Amino acid sequence: MNSLHDAAFLHVRNLTVHHGQLRALSDVSLQVAKGEVYAIIGANGAGKTTLMRTIAGLHSPTDGSVVFDGRDVTRMRPEQRAKAGIVMVPEGRRLFPSLTLEENLKVGATYARKGPWTIERAYETFPFMRERRAQKTAQLSGGEQQQVAIGRALVANPRVLLLDELSLGLAPLIVQRIYDTLPRILESGITVLLVEQDVSQARRVASHLQCLLEGHTTLEGESKDFTPDQIEAAYFGTNPGGRPPGPPGRGTEQETLSGSPDGTLSLWRGSTRLSRGS
Amino acid sequence: MAWVNAIIQGILTGGLYALFACGLSLMFGVMRVVNLAHGDLATVAGYIGVGVIAAIHVPFLWSIPIVVVIMALLGYVLQRTLIQAAINRGDLTTLIVTFGLSMVIENGLLQFFTANSRGIGVNQSIITDSFSIGSQIQIAWLDVIIFVLAVVVLLGLQYYLSSTKYGRLIRAVADDREAAQLSGADYRHVFGIAAAIAFGTVALAGTAYGMTTTIDPTTGTQTILLFAFAAVVIGGLGSLWGTLVGGIVLGVAQEIGAQINLSWELLAGYVIFLVVLIVRPQGLTSRRAQS
Repeated sequence: MNSLHDAAFLHVRNLTVHHGQLRALSDVSLQVAKGEVYAIIGANGAGKTTLMRTIAGLHSPTDGSVVFDGRDVTRMRPEQRAKAGIVMVPEGRRLFPSLTLEENLKVGATYARKGPWTIERAYETFPFMRERRAQKTAQLSGGEQQQVAIGRALVANPRVLLLDELSLGLAPLIVQRIYDTLPRILESGITVLLVEQDVSQARRVASHLQCLLEGHTTLEGESKDFTPDQIEAAYFGTNPGGRPPGPPGRGTEQETLSGSPDGTLSLWRGSTRLSRGS
Repeated sequence: MAWVNAIIQGILTGGLYALFACGLSLMFGVMRVVNLAHGDLATVAGYIGVGVIAAIHVPFLWSIPIVVVIMALLGYVLQRTLIQAAINRGDLTTLIVTFGLSMVIENGLLQFFTANSRGIGVNQSIITDSFSIGSQIQIAWLDVIIFVLAVVVLLGLQYYLSSTKYGRLIRAVADDREAAQLSGADYRHVFGIAAAIAFGTVALAGTAYGMTTTIDPTTGTQTILLFAFAAVVIGGLGSLWGTLVGGIVLGVAQEIGAQINLSWELLAGYVIFLVVLIVRPQGLTSRRAQS
């Protein structure tokens, strides 16, 4: 459509995904630049996880495409995408319970691309793992399991790392500790696309924000350009100004507020908190 | 002394049952496929063994690796085509498809090999001889060899699953197919490898069975499948060493039953099977209370 898609490292174009009859994503586009942290925010059921799973190849879109580093990967199987460098840390961690911690990492490294991440480096980044490597992962705490899941993805040497709801079910302190390792991931040249329900956390770590609401994009642009009110409006679909809040992003083909909220969205008002209290 | 004999014979028979059961257990543990054609595949392996010896005049021992390789290849191909297609359509479909496969195999064998039973005849003395302990206990070398073979196969499987790259992938895929895909593993290929191993073990089991007794086209469903199922359930679903425990318990129960009254041999085996199902439904060796 234009030359911009060549500049994007990961380019999701007009993605529509159905779960049976349910339309989970409608015409969602995003462009992730190399080396940045890009955050998807949104309430429960907004389609964030569906978007991530579709990029990883676990769902087939009804319409639209996923272009990675100039190559259309829409028809590729998840394992092929992993080998090409799109690696996801799935929601709920999804470790292999009958394998030890180290075996989980070894599975991650089985089809690894060449790169700086090794199991040894994972142990250096997450020091607790070394002495507990022979344990089954069920014996680890939730935060430790999440770090193993990240380690398992890192040892595959991803080019883009998809992090789906790292903070799910974890105490804020633990979440903070996990996010503190993000700079080390970025300095190895990995691009990060993450889903986060905690908006303040997302704003802190990501240079780029995109908000989903009922499968539509309601806000998209540089994190620093949005006021909390604008984000809240996009998150709940309250849309106080009646016009797209914030700047018009950087050249996505669609209007930032193209999926304009319809009447049903007012149901969301007050039913969800911006950040989950825990 | 007769009771000791019954127990020893039962333990040795248990090795053969474990050989039948480990492939069934592996396919269930990894793919969640209850392979109703498992027994018939053992029969097929026996017939292939007979055919290989007749066709290319190799010594009997050489025919075993040939049969194992043929069956393993067949396992990979069947898994990647028919069984995978069934898995994609749901759990019940795999039951129906493997049941259909069982019927096709059984009637195919009837068509081509008639209903006559045949054995795998071997004239090597180590296989036909037996030795005595005391005056009442006579042990056939063949039974000992099969038992040792079963233990070696289980040890090999254990090593393969715990210490090799593909063994690790098999366990990972059994745990969580999607998460394995996200790590770059093609689970269908891993399934194929697991099926190849299962079919390889069933080839050994079928050959061993053909040597101890005779096979005919219906042996698979009427004897082997049922014993394999009983051994798997007694030992615990998805547990490798459980199949040996289950096989031995089944074998000993049958021998003791036969000792009491010859017509009680099969009955005693199934009574134990039912008792285990009632008292310890997760199986004797399974640690988990569920599944």
